[in-house]
Amino acid sequence: MSKQQPLSEPVAPASHSAYKVIGTPRPKVDAYAKVTGRALYADDIMLPRMVYGRLLRSPHAHARILHIDTSDALALPGVLAVLTGADLPRKYGILPSSQDEYALAIDKVRYVGDPVAAIAALDPDILDEALKLVHVEYEILPALMSIDEALAHPENKINDEARIGNIHKAVSYEFGEVEAGFAAADYVREDWFYYEGNNHAPMEEHACVASWEPNPTDPVGGKLTLWSSTQTPHYVHREVSKVLNLPRSHVRVIAPNVGGGFGGKSDPFSHEICACELSRRIARPVKITCTREEVFLNHRGRHPVKMWIKTGVKQDGTLTAMHFRSFLDGGAYGSYGIATTYYTGALQTITYTLPAYKFEGMRLFTNKPPCGPKRGHGTTQPRYAVEAHLDKIACDLGIDPVELRRRNLIEPYTRTVNGLRVTSCALGECLDAVVERSGWHNFHAASLNDTNAINGNGAGKMGDGAIRRGMGIAASAYICGAGKPIYWNDLPHSAVQIRLDRGGGVTVYCGATDIGQGSTSILAYIVAEELGIQPESIHLETADTTLTPVDLGSYSSRVTFMAGNAAIAAARRLKDQLFEVAAGHLRVPAERLQAAGGVIYDESDPGPTLPFAQAIELAEARFGALVSSGSYAPPQDIHGDYKGAGVGPSPAYSYSTCVARVAVDVETGEVVVEKLWMAHDVGQSINPLLVAGQVEGGAYMGYGEAVMEQQVFRKGRHKIPSLLDYKLPTTLDTPEIETILIEIPDREGPFGGKEAGQGPLNPAIPAIANAVYDAIGVRIDEVPITPDKVLRALKAASTTARTAVRPQIPPTEVSTPWPTRLIKWQPASLDSVQRNGNGHNQSVETPSSATGRGGLS
Amino acid sequence: MRELITLRVNGESHEIAILPHHTLLEVLREDLGLIGTKHGCELGECGACTVLIDGQPVLSCLTLPVEVQESEITTIEGVEANGKLHPLQETFAELGAAQCGYCTPGILLSGIVLLRDHPQPTRAQMQEALAGNLCRCTGYTKIYEAVEAAAQRMARSGGAQ
Repeated sequence: MSKQQPLSEPVAPASHSAYKVIGTPRPKVDAYAKVTGRALYADDIMLPRMVYGRLLRSPHAHARILHIDTSDALALPGVLAVLTGADLPRKYGILPSSQDEYALAIDKVRYVGDPVAAIAALDPDILDEALKLVHVEYEILPALMSIDEALAHPENKINDEARIGNIHKAVSYEFGEVEAGFAAADYVREDWFYYEGNNHAPMEEHACVASWEPNPTDPVGGKLTLWSSTQTPHYVHREVSKVLNLPRSHVRVIAPNVGGGFGGKSDPFSHEICACELSRRIARPVKITCTREEVFLNHRGRHPVKMWIKTGVKQDGTLTAMHFRSFLDGGAYGSYGIATTYYTGALQTITYTLPAYKFEGMRLFTNKPPCGPKRGHGTTQPRYAVEAHLDKIACDLGIDPVELRRRNLIEPYTRTVNGLRVTSCALGECLDAVVERSGWHNFHAASLNDTNAINGNGAGKMGDGAIRRGMGIAASAYICGAGKPIYWNDLPHSAVQIRLDRGGGVTVYCGATDIGQGSTSILAYIVAEELGIQPESIHLETADTTLTPVDLGSYSSRVTFMAGNAAIAAARRLKDQLFEVAAGHLRVPAERLQAAGGVIYDESDPGPTLPFAQAIELAEARFGALVSSGSYAPPQDIHGDYKGAGVGPSPAYSYSTCVARVAVDVETGEVVVEKLWMAHDVGQSINPLLVAGQVEGGAYMGYGEAVMEQQVFRKGRHKIPSLLDYKLPTTLDTPEIETILIEIPDREGPFGGKEAGQGPLNPAIPAIANAVYDAIGVRIDEVPITPDKVLRALKAASTTARTAVRPQIPPTEVSTPWPTRLIKWQPASLDSVQRNGNGHNQSVETPSSATGRGGLS
Repeated sequence: MRELITLRVNGESHEIAILPHHTLLEVLREDLGLIGTKHGCELGECGACTVLIDGQPVLSCLTLPVEVQESEITTIEGVEANGKLHPLQETFAELGAAQCGYCTPGILLSGIVLLRDHPQPTRAQMQEALAGNLCRCTGYTKIYEAVEAAAQRMARSGGAQ
């Protein structure tokens, strides 16, 4: 692999009509398997002689393990094996910098649900009995259940990974001249916000089947296969090998169909490791399927985050400086939390132009299930806070919130103050689209007159009786794949192999993991477009660490961009070979050949054609077996050169805007979201049906987080670990969602495409929060915006002068200075910025030089 | 102690020995291998395990097989006839109503009953009929569009389904 080799030629973003497959709505390649019940998910796998496993979990939020006695459980007929922490003494974790988990607790348990023992038995009924027969003696320790409790009790250290007290990670950055920025401001405002944690709640509970096949002649003793509902088979492969002390060559991890993930299946989990070890011990396949309660305990969901923002603006609303602090409630273990901490600060600069920015973040360990990445990973909470904060500033200055945003939009092809390279950006177009479609100006014109007039959308400001309507807006941006892999190296982030057989068959191999977003279909569409064939005719092998080349996983909205570019590269190599033989056969220069409709033809004389299958035969006769590969790594020069600059960079960013219209009942406090208008800059839809599905799903999930979804704990326990009590939106709740796709191709995206899976969630929450304020004239500085908070805020507002409403979020006191070294950085320190001027708001990368840096084997 | 019962599923009779405390969900999946019926909670909260019992949607995780021995049980595997899909299966596939696909069998069965009882359902009727089936991927929009398209398709073909 050569890093210098140019990435596949950027696809001419010209006319969409030139594409035969790209941009066309069509069924997913697995759609018919899914609508007929044929699609196999992890729990559907039943192997001969398979037995069942289950975990015993801690009933205490914080306790020392004094003694575990498993003899009674082992003596129960039908029990085959029992594991405790001593059997799996190697630490693991998704991040190399947070290797702080044991598959089964060794010294301490740190949350209610921390796994303590694992049992394999002939059937689940025996497991129920056996779990009761494992006797664990605990010494109970005080539990710390919030950010402020964790800060207040450094002596009660939850996790040894914490550097100071319970502070897992603290970061501190200053980009540009922050003091000068505030000095230049005409108006400065400060606010506190709180974002409650919530769970992904994918419909499929985590499940896995592990199968050890002994081989006495192999010095390792055998090979292990694990089928698991995971978004990241590559990283599960790594961690299972590590904990079981098996060479990675002897471990195979396969993700079958995955019933939703949203980030909740991105970590290596205890149940996966325990199933593998149980299977190795008894040499039989072992299945572990989590209950819904266990899904809530596995968690890795949205971090609760407390945030403080101070922003300076000119009289016209132009931003001069921002200082942002985040406090993350990480739960008991690291998970992705270090990355999450950075993400709460890193992307403030890619939506609006910030000339100076200070970011301080810290993650605290608490005695709750570990938090991790959920759709929008670490950027959702600050996006809510910043967009609500800017709305307040717009109100204070008497500027239309749309206008305030428009005056600060980031420009395409920009280098941000924290060094991030921004390429294509259609944020302005997104803003125009939602403003127009929602009837924003009509609605607010009617509101200003305080009339009962029905506006263009059939809903006036004043509803019947206690109903008050409001409309709010927010903007957002998101990464199209993390610019750096979790383990920093020079290897591809994604690779695709394609094999052609002489019968005309095409098989695509890629590690990409379809969790419902359609990544397998995207591979088929892209290869079909390149080779001029039907996507339905392609055979796909995915998400199998033995059979398929690597793809790092379905996280950070990376798959369409990275696997898509790898697929283009692999397909073009084969196309070159096919065109070489076709040129001779058709007596036409190869440059004039096109592949479409299952034939190869001369673009200037489409009469004579060479059928695809015949071209394969000719090419196989000339070149031998037809197999190609392509791979992708993001460009190197897309971020700053300071420590911590690896979180935030991405080969491209997607942009989204949302307008929400709400109806608030001022007597009951209920917030009904009537409609969401969501515009999303996707670059180029590979399949618009799937893009719209991602936008709608993101809007839906954002809506749930805005008004109802939250983790609640009482006396150390998750209070509502069920789908009945954990409120998530049903058909009766979910608002109408109008999706507007903005397609301005990105020059490095596959066919110009960018992400759609995560970005559109982010603006929904602040748009709803801002709409609630517009409706009732009172701010709720916390999500979810539940009826009790609405009523409390209304009551506080009615008993206090409007300007003197006490802050709803009690400020968190921190030691000054922030408990880590401040890193000061200026974009001017970057080589490319020095070459191209001072770097701010300038096109520091020309598109052609940018595309030249993709690593391609 | 296992008990011998007869279940009629998708038009086929199965004489099977079951543990009487096992739910219909467990028996369909584990004993009969009908894994198209999914589970997301085992507590009657998510709707993923919906099957039809004598034509009515029922949560198989809250049903004991001994109760339904006299009934006709339909799972997702019984919806297609000799490889021919129900129009709602077709439109679900064509219009992107199945993303991860895990809630899909249950929603299809609830939707098929809706279309039988209300051949031209309104959005409100859809919301009512599908309120017990959670979907975490789609925001329900594409599901409504698929139900509407299936209704049109069935009306054109004379409501033969």
